[in-house]
Amino acid sequence: MNGALPFIAAAAVLALALGFLAQRGKEMNLEQWTVGGRGFGAVFVFLLLAGEIYTTFTFLGGSGFAYGKGAPAYYILCYGTLAYVLSYFMLPPIWRYAKEHRLYSQSDFFVSKYDSPALGVIVTLVDIVALIPYLVLQFKGLGIIVEVAGYGAISSTVAVWTGAFVVATYVMVSGVHGSAWTAVAKDILILVIVAFLGLYLPWHYYGGVGSMFEAIEQAKPGFTVLPPHGESLWWFSSTVLLTALGFYMWPHSFGSIYTARSATVIRKNAIVLPLYQLILLFVFFVGFAAILQVPGLAGPNIDLALFKLSVKTFNPWFVGVIGATGVLTALVPGSMILMTSATLIANNLYRVANPSADDQQVSRLAKLLVPLVSLVAVFFTLRGGETIVALLLMGYSLVTQLFPALLLSLWQRNIATREGAAAGILAGVATVAIVSLTGANFHRLSWLPPQVQDLNIGIVALAVNFIVLIVVSMAMRIARAPAQASAQ
Amino acid sequence: MRHIRWLAIAPFLALIVGPFFVNRVHPLVLGLPFLLVWIVTWILLTSLIMAVIYFADPANQESEP
Repeated sequence: MNGALPFIAAAAVLALALGFLAQRGKEMNLEQWTVGGRGFGAVFVFLLLAGEIYTTFTFLGGSGFAYGKGAPAYYILCYGTLAYVLSYFMLPPIWRYAKEHRLYSQSDFFVSKYDSPALGVIVTLVDIVALIPYLVLQFKGLGIIVEVAGYGAISSTVAVWTGAFVVATYVMVSGVHGSAWTAVAKDILILVIVAFLGLYLPWHYYGGVGSMFEAIEQAKPGFTVLPPHGESLWWFSSTVLLTALGFYMWPHSFGSIYTARSATVIRKNAIVLPLYQLILLFVFFVGFAAILQVPGLAGPNIDLALFKLSVKTFNPWFVGVIGATGVLTALVPGSMILMTSATLIANNLYRVANPSADDQQVSRLAKLLVPLVSLVAVFFTLRGGETIVALLLMGYSLVTQLFPALLLSLWQRNIATREGAAAGILAGVATVAIVSLTGANFHRLSWLPPQVQDLNIGIVALAVNFIVLIVVSMAMRIARAPAQASAQ
Repeated sequence: MRHIRWLAIAPFLALIVGPFFVNRVHPLVLGLPFLLVWIVTWILLTSLIMAVIYFADPANQESEP
């Protein structure tokens, strides 16, 4: 036992208590909660959308990536910004359509636009497969926090199990409501902690941000710009594009669009959210400060950078406060993701197979699925091997495959047919799966130009997806020309 | 005023194509490597551009149901 663990445990207990209080006296109406009665104003939608940026991914993954890779981490600053620009134009039509048709989930949107329950099932499956690495990275983060802030007293395996147990309990206890207070506390804490660490650490160790970057440039020339190979300019641009397009394709982000009171609320947020992103700059500063102070972390261990440096710099009680913040950044999004996946399986898979199932059955099944989904995520977490950023990029490669079919469906005259949309999504996902599972990547194909080798695989899959979508759609239209109107 | 929305292309060009031209450390600006300064500057400009688009957009004048 040391000074840090009580703080971390307190954060977990507090979150559990708040979650428990939040669900008391509320009727457990799944559908009311998911879209908040479509009555949220700018501030709350802002919190929902902004809060989702600040997860373990930013806290540990962002700093770790800056520590381990340097400049490629800047991509995290860019993609959110571009996603918000897109959101200004793309989200209002989605919001309006969802409101008119009383939709609740992302799958509903595809089912309704393409008039195809089968497409809804495909979308749901893609969502679930993409959400698993997202959940794994939250568990991994929790494991890291408990392990490092526990000063080695707890092994990482025990830490991951503990983390998974806490998240699953949190979801089970607080139900679908979660606790808005936990989310708000998390956002305030992380803003304060990250801004403090990002300013204090460079000052403490180097005398300022400028001298820190000079020192890094001296020790590792070119580390703060993109390298010529690997995570090169081509990787950077293709990754920024992929993740910007995929940003709102996550089922939980997509769902938060539905909560807005008006389209103006969504547009207004596109002005403020890019600025809110800038807090990431401080996250990067922490990672850069760690380079010369806690050298030697490699592979998936780069995610430890923030905590290793904190342990080296601060008293255990303050490490405990940082750890507590970290626990909340994993707990809140982790529970959202867990609940989203369980609800997707129950509502958009089970209900399609058993149309007679009533709301209560679906609700009960969703709850039972929570520990099950957690176990799957724990399994992948313990298999390990990937950094937090690599895990998220994997999820992005999958979930972005929904983008072409979604975008085309917003046009007045949709050129995609349901078969085209389905074939495109499947082709894209298959491309990602083949590359990830067989480990075949473009770097093995030495005849390709190096620029192409560095491209993010998700972008390549997206191109395959789009081509298949167009070809199949055109073929279907020619095959049944008289039925053209039905695709609308 | 609708053509003002085409300004939204600028952030994409700046952040996806732009890095090819500004991928260097020096000069440090406010202590930051030049590439990072470029990105941060464009995030600030993006917010500004979105504000211009927002206030020029007639859709935001009427209150939607």
